[in-house]
Amino acid sequence: MTRSFILRTPSLLIFLICLALFTIAVTLAAHYGLISTSFVKTLGKTLCLCLAALAMDLIWGYAGILSLGHMAFFALGGYMIGMWLMYARTEEIVITSLANSGLPATPEEIQQGIASQIFGVVGASDLPAIWSFAHSLPLQLALVVALPGLLALIFGWLAFRSRVTGVYLSILTQAMTLALALYLFQNDSGLRGNNGLSGLQNLPGLDAVSQDSISLWFFWASAAALALAYLTLSWIVSGKFGSVIRAIRDDEARVRFLGYSVEGYKLFVFTLTAVIVALAGALYYPQAGIINPAELAPIASIYLAVWVAIGGRGRLYGAVIGAAVVSLLSSWFTGGRAPSIPLGFATINWVDWWQVLLGAAFVCVTLFAPKGIGGLFDHFTGLHTPDRKGAPLGPDQGSLQEKEAIE
Amino acid sequence: MSQLLEVSGVTVSFDGFRAINNLTFSIGPAELRAIIGPNGAGKSTFMDIVTGKTKPNAGTVTFGEKSTSLLKLSEAKIARAGVGRKFQRPTVFEDQTVTENLTLALKAARSPWRVLAWRSKPADHTRIEALAQQVGLSDHLPRKAGELSHGQKQWLEIAMLLAQEPRLLLVDEPAAGMTLAEREKTTELLVDIAKTRAVVVVEHDMEFVRRLNCRVTVLHEGSVLAEGSLDHVTKNQDVIDVYLGRG
Amino acid sequence: MRFLLACLLALICAAPLRAETAAEILTANAALVQKASRQTIAPVIDALGASGDPTAAAVLEAWANKGLGIRKADGQFFLITANADGYALTDLAGAPAGQAAKSDITELKPNAGVRGMIATALVQFTLSDPDTLKRAAALESIAKDPKPEALAPLRAAITNEPDATLKTQKQRLERLLTLRFDPDSAARIAAINSFGADLGLDLRGALNPLLATTKLASATPPTANIARELKPGRDLTETEAYDLMVSANLAPARLTVEAQRTALIANLQNGEVGGVSFADLNTQAARDRAYTALEAAGTVPQAATDDEATAALKAHHFYDIYTEPDPAVTTAASAALKSIGHKVAAMQAADLALDGLSLASIYFLAAIGLAITFGVMGVINMAHGEFITMGAYTGYVVQLYVPNYTASILIALPLAFAVTFAAGVAMERLIIRHLYKRPLETLLATFGISIALQQILKNVFGTQARPLTSPAWLDGALTLNDVVSISYIRIAIFVLALLFLTFFLWLMKRTRLGLEVRAVTQNPTMAASMGINPDRINMLTFGLGSGIAGIAGVAIGLFAKVTSELGTDYIVQSFMTVVVGGVGNIWGALAGATMIGGLQKMIEFLNPSNTLAAQTYMILFIILFIQFRPRGIIALKGRAAGD
Repeated sequence: MTRSFILRTPSLLIFLICLALFTIAVTLAAHYGLISTSFVKTLGKTLCLCLAALAMDLIWGYAGILSLGHMAFFALGGYMIGMWLMYARTEEIVITSLANSGLPATPEEIQQGIASQIFGVVGASDLPAIWSFAHSLPLQLALVVALPGLLALIFGWLAFRSRVTGVYLSILTQAMTLALALYLFQNDSGLRGNNGLSGLQNLPGLDAVSQDSISLWFFWASAAALALAYLTLSWIVSGKFGSVIRAIRDDEARVRFLGYSVEGYKLFVFTLTAVIVALAGALYYPQAGIINPAELAPIASIYLAVWVAIGGRGRLYGAVIGAAVVSLLSSWFTGGRAPSIPLGFATINWVDWWQVLLGAAFVCVTLFAPKGIGGLFDHFTGLHTPDRKGAPLGPDQGSLQEKEAIE
Repeated sequence: MSQLLEVSGVTVSFDGFRAINNLTFSIGPAELRAIIGPNGAGKSTFMDIVTGKTKPNAGTVTFGEKSTSLLKLSEAKIARAGVGRKFQRPTVFEDQTVTENLTLALKAARSPWRVLAWRSKPADHTRIEALAQQVGLSDHLPRKAGELSHGQKQWLEIAMLLAQEPRLLLVDEPAAGMTLAEREKTTELLVDIAKTRAVVVVEHDMEFVRRLNCRVTVLHEGSVLAEGSLDHVTKNQDVIDVYLGRG
Repeated sequence: MRFLLACLLALICAAPLRAETAAEILTANAALVQKASRQTIAPVIDALGASGDPTAAAVLEAWANKGLGIRKADGQFFLITANADGYALTDLAGAPAGQAAKSDITELKPNAGVRGMIATALVQFTLSDPDTLKRAAALESIAKDPKPEALAPLRAAITNEPDATLKTQKQRLERLLTLRFDPDSAARIAAINSFGADLGLDLRGALNPLLATTKLASATPPTANIARELKPGRDLTETEAYDLMVSANLAPARLTVEAQRTALIANLQNGEVGGVSFADLNTQAARDRAYTALEAAGTVPQAATDDEATAALKAHHFYDIYTEPDPAVTTAASAALKSIGHKVAAMQAADLALDGLSLASIYFLAAIGLAITFGVMGVINMAHGEFITMGAYTGYVVQLYVPNYTASILIALPLAFAVTFAAGVAMERLIIRHLYKRPLETLLATFGISIALQQILKNVFGTQARPLTSPAWLDGALTLNDVVSISYIRIAIFVLALLFLTFFLWLMKRTRLGLEVRAVTQNPTMAASMGINPDRINMLTFGLGSGIAGIAGVAIGLFAKVTSELGTDYIVQSFMTVVVGGVGNIWGALAGATMIGGLQKMIEFLNPSNTLAAQTYMILFIILFIQFRPRGIIALKGRAAGD
């Protein structure tokens, strides 16, 4: 059985080998000091974004649901792990400072100290109820999965139950992430308002370990998570489940008449991808060091869709490639390292013009190369698109276009 | 004789227009029935009601021995209860192979978790091959459904319908776009199926209906105008008025 | 000389004879005047104010402005003006009195406190000043800072007031001062009742201080004017109640964690304190034990434990006490405030409705273009927000070249329409045309345009906000009373929204273009076979939708900051408006805008501190609303919905 699964998806093996080689190469390069710690972090973060894009591809590329709110789950995952990181870290600091105060500290004093350390910035000195579990890593890790999962479950149930589809659903998901962002921007949201959570790169109890090692650990963890998710998602989409969700993408009414509960499947995929994205966020933010409500802005989620589209939707490696290429290029261009182009009358400074380039590139991909970068592989392997006289593969809004399909 | 599907007193209106008006209809567990009627007679709406796509404003629709009401069930649940539907235009999943299309339709558990754990068994292979054999698609199993010809897609959809093993089949103009030979074959197939289950065929083509050789229900303006053998209904003055007098 | 002067003054002014003139008062109190301080000078200023001497005003004014001096030689007061040779002298009656060297004169320099007192005293003179403007200014200064002393001069200045408006104002102010400061409580109550349910902010400003309360802890009922009794735990927390007792010296201070810690550290001996070892002090219970032991040993002062505190709370009563001692006045004031409150609530509802309406017209303007492209063509235009921004920047650029604001707005409106119409048509021709029937792809492609356009606008115009100034005749607000008011800009936007509604209805129902648009919307193939060019219609429809976005941009730019992110702030609300209202229908957009605008204002009203939370609740509401009406308020039904 396993053999046929791997045979059916040859890209899986190639992908896993490439990822392994890449991980080894980065590890060696970091070991010999060829790349900086911050670059290792950038690569680790990129792997997390690839993981999020993978989930986005499952829900958009395979199930045809263009969610413009998945980065909300990414940030929520980050917030959940960030709460523990910040709490545990502050606890260490508070205990150290109280140790010099003449008396051994009482639990109440420690609690009070942590609360005023964390919340002094928003003018509060009590720990809000949502921090009740922040002292415990296992509980908070459970929340990384449970909270975004629950939110996705409730939101998805409401949305799919009332048969909201297509652009309506996209707008609704966009509204969801905006609502959440606006809520978190408030100072009394219990998550430090627009200050967000910070200092997440310092792992509690690991002061002795240098950031060099920690950044590598997170890089490995991100790579492992990506590999695991890729394996799982490949298995899911290559089986009957994948067949059902692709059928839903192209023609959901027909799937209903086959006896499948379309809403149930959509909810399943929505929640599953929300959980994957949340895990990616939980790995991302300790590497980024800081998280604030701006991360939930609707535009972040749209970028996620852009990565998948540029990489080529409906194929898992496309999503990974799209996310990696666009986010790395983006940090190269906006980091001011790209050379400016003098035009005589004006100079193109890429920090200012990268967004324009990205926007234009994106329009071009949508118009001329719906297969995205992934289409290049079809070109090399001699796969062609079917000639369907311009007809898409199904009547639904999320269905594949003729140009995206492979014979 | 107990009926498999009973529709009684059903009324549907769209913005005041009564597409179905106090319709009463029933069919036994192993019966072939043709529904004919001019355009706008409510044939498609009738099928929409039975399959749960449209909810009627009044009336009852019951199905099976336990007389389960279909009105409260979703489309998916109605399909699982044993109602299969074939659309007028072939609707198959064009991005997927014939095998995948048939696998989707095979009678099996439909919940996401069960589907996730589903593994193809030898019996499933045999069944798919048998179905493909029945509709003449044995050579096309690994091909994408989108590449099939129009007629082949019709056949694939009929095979998918059979794979579902429904107790009641609703078939909308099965012969549209088929060659004469293919029509013959379709007729045989439908008559054959109707030996074990109920089949409702909606058709315009009188020749095709005549070949089916079954009871005919004539719909007009959302209600039953006449019912009986084809010869019987074609002699009915009302039917003649509707089809010939004003048509 | 002084006698002659006095006689002269008396003759000129025909004023009744006064006991003293300003000069006499000053001379009599010369020592005090020279060393004027806030504490001592009051009688002198009061005497000047009450003297009735017409020169007193000039003298006081000069004094406050360092224009009063004493000749060292004879101690005589002069009005002085510094010049090159020292001071030009003017006697207090206003006649020139020659020149003096700088060293001969002591210039009086009153400090700020004294100057303030002089200013108050001056008010009564200005209240009767011949200049109407000065009188009005004086009234305003009293109204701003009401003082008991102002009451008498104000009353005196009413009868002779020639100006009818000012007279009414004076009378109103007199009543406001009476209700606060008159010694006779009957007069105060009469003044309070004379207002009825007047909505003026000044009245509420005068009444509220009468009802100011302080909290008081007492074992026996106090004799003060009690507003109400407070129950600890219900009206105030037990900690607050106990703190009240502590500050009234009715109970010992409670032991704070800090104080306990300091005391314990101070008494730490041989690794233990109060019999508890140092290492065990890491719980509150152990610390309490140690402290109690120290208390018993008498090394630390007694501090209230929780039990003692509870007992003390039981033994005392807590009250809200009016600072105003007269119960009759407080009763009248609270009754008056209550009836005002009812009226204010009604007016606030009206104001809220107006606010909601004006927000709705903004959303309507922002969404109408979107409703056209989304509803009529099924195309989601994510760059709609940037079109709004482009409209606003067009207005800004026009104002750079046309300095007259009225003219520039009149030019900017059609120009903004033209610019965004062109942009819309270009986008339709180049991109959207290729993506019909693929709404999700259109959404993403237009998003690409959106980020590119936004960045280009940022690169061209910079990140700082640019001004788009409205003409002067749109400044200000239409004020019905102190509660209900609406700014003229918002009225203008409301009118603009109405205009567009009419225009759109006319266009769709009464013109050939509208007919063709509707035909193409319903059945493009059929329309094409009837000789309508669907390409042209789509292009024009899209251009129209975009053009209206441009005009909305100018309107929004008039009251919002024009930045490259202007449109982004409105885009999600615009989508919501279209979705909630129902697609494919101008009335839907209207209904959606009214609902979203009204709702947002309502939530903001219920939770005024927090606009962010209001938006969150609003979006949550919309998500729930979609549950019940998935196709919006005004939805196409039946087969036409195409499900």
